[in-house]
Amino acid sequence: MSRKLLLEHINVPGINTLEVYRQKGGYRAVEKALKTLTPEEIVEEVKKSGLRGRGGAGFPTGMKWSFLAKPEGVARYLVCNADESEPGTFKDRYLMTYIPHALIEGMIVSSFALGAKVSYIYVRGEMMPQIRILERAIAEAKAAGWLGKNILGTGYDLELYVQPGGGAYICGEETALLESLEGKRGNPRIKPPFPAIAGLYGCPTVVNNVESIAAVVPIINDGGDEYAKIGIGRSTGTKLISASGNLVKPGVYEIELGLPVEEFIYSDEYCGGIANGKRLKATVAGGSSVPVLPANLTLKLANGEPRLMSYESLSEGGFATGTMLGSGGFIAFDEDQCIVRNTWNFSRFYHHESCGQCSPCREGTGWMEKILHKIEHGHGTMDDVDLLWDVQRKIEGNTICPLGDAAAWPVASAIRHFRDEFEWHIKEPVKSQQQNYGIADYAKPIEKAPVTEEK
Amino acid sequence: MLKVEEQTPVVFSSELLAKFDEIKSRYPEGKQKSALLPLLHLVQAEYLWVSTSAMDQVAEYLNIQSIEVYEVATFYTMYFLKPQGKYALEVCRTGPCCLVGAEKILSHLEEKLGVKEGEVTPDGLFSFRGVECLAACGFGPVLQISPEYTFYENLTTESVDKLIEDLTNKS
Repeated sequence: MSRKLLLEHINVPGINTLEVYRQKGGYRAVEKALKTLTPEEIVEEVKKSGLRGRGGAGFPTGMKWSFLAKPEGVARYLVCNADESEPGTFKDRYLMTYIPHALIEGMIVSSFALGAKVSYIYVRGEMMPQIRILERAIAEAKAAGWLGKNILGTGYDLELYVQPGGGAYICGEETALLESLEGKRGNPRIKPPFPAIAGLYGCPTVVNNVESIAAVVPIINDGGDEYAKIGIGRSTGTKLISASGNLVKPGVYEIELGLPVEEFIYSDEYCGGIANGKRLKATVAGGSSVPVLPANLTLKLANGEPRLMSYESLSEGGFATGTMLGSGGFIAFDEDQCIVRNTWNFSRFYHHESCGQCSPCREGTGWMEKILHKIEHGHGTMDDVDLLWDVQRKIEGNTICPLGDAAAWPVASAIRHFRDEFEWHIKEPVKSQQQNYGIADYAKPIEKAPVTEEK
Repeated sequence: MLKVEEQTPVVFSSELLAKFDEIKSRYPEGKQKSALLPLLHLVQAEYLWVSTSAMDQVAEYLNIQSIEVYEVATFYTMYFLKPQGKYALEVCRTGPCCLVGAEKILSHLEEKLGVKEGEVTPDGLFSFRGVECLAACGFGPVLQISPEYTFYENLTTESVDKLIEDLTNKS
């Protein structure tokens, strides 16, 4: 069994209540932080832990915190990004549903470290049940003196509020989220200035993902050095992986970073293999925005070494043969799934969710959806594949926020690794409407590269 | 063009306005516009949709221009700009849910309810639509029902039939 830091007590009855959460050692981190540590010391511990943002970008959390401007007499804000909307990702929903106090405890410690007196948890509007759960938990914590005025007699005041979104994927982008929190359309801002300088209401602001904030609790309890011992290389600690698609046991798993992908998919401790005795065709390892990989490149690096669940190993080989850990949204496709159809589905998603601010994304996502619809439904031509490639290339890197890249990468990777399947749809317009292309040689094992003598 | 179906002006109850006040108090002085999204949710929970009249009154309450409310209500997908069924069913239609049969659930709903996506059943009870990822991919196919946003996971055509029956009997 691998070590659990966030989900250790997930199965304890009543862990969603303050009483049981306290019995299991909850709010120790608040006591330790507020009574024995300075804000600077907390930031230092988080830096030492090597924790990287769990929302997708993987930026070191401690470093992000240290960028926060601290002008005299200006309010500072911590905003938790709980706008979980990346297809394939549902870990934050899980955490907030079952252990809401883990997030609240993390928010208190993090707010203290950053000097925030008012903090917000921005939850996507569709998660009304989770909003109700969090509000109840906040009321419990406040009644017990963990929030409000003069917490634990230390003189530190903190108010914590839950803010619902309105249903927009783009608000997961931190500056769009801040716009939305200010009561506006979720149009991402041009950076710089970064939120650390001018964020919510123009004040210095840190925006962190739910899981990142929850991870601060074990970091403070055990120390940053202890946290950094878990994992592999620069991928420290544990990570929540949302597993979905054609798996025996989809769900949320806490893994130690560095776990072999093969073990994650096939071992009974995790996903238990591919559902209905089928074979694995492809995976999207980190949420819909990251490149899709065929089964063989999912399990092995291009040189035949096993691929691991870590920031570095998943991106090994760049986009030519690798992908990204992203938000940890692990989607598995069995041999009966159609890559063209899924790529079209994702394109429709990005077209729907583009805020419309930048033309390459607003227009390009629509083009990609249309071309993919055409190919999927048996009306494509060979030129369409090249046109699709051309459109995605012109979106990537040409937009204010990363949604453009996120829309382009799944399309680019699908063509890169599954071009045969696209061409088959075009050459066999009738057959492709009746059956799927199948697994082809996407699962053909990659041989370990022969060891060459060092020259 | 803002395609909002007009109706007779709404009057917010004092209970609703008390909720507005509590939400407004969460933001710093002068930043009351932050309350806009939560307020629109409250309006929708009360009336099951957001009419122009309601939006104008929210604008007045927050001391902002009506257009500032319209532009927000039209940007976010959760706000209904026309009346829905008493139970508005929203089925996730994004990738991971489609891998496990979401498209079948959508076509089944169309057949079962006898209306197209976005239309309301003649008895006013149901409407449905496909929505993008609801962040429950491991438990798909999923649907949620507004205004409570109760959640139903691992759907089958049978469980959808049962759900529709239960809701019909409840009414």
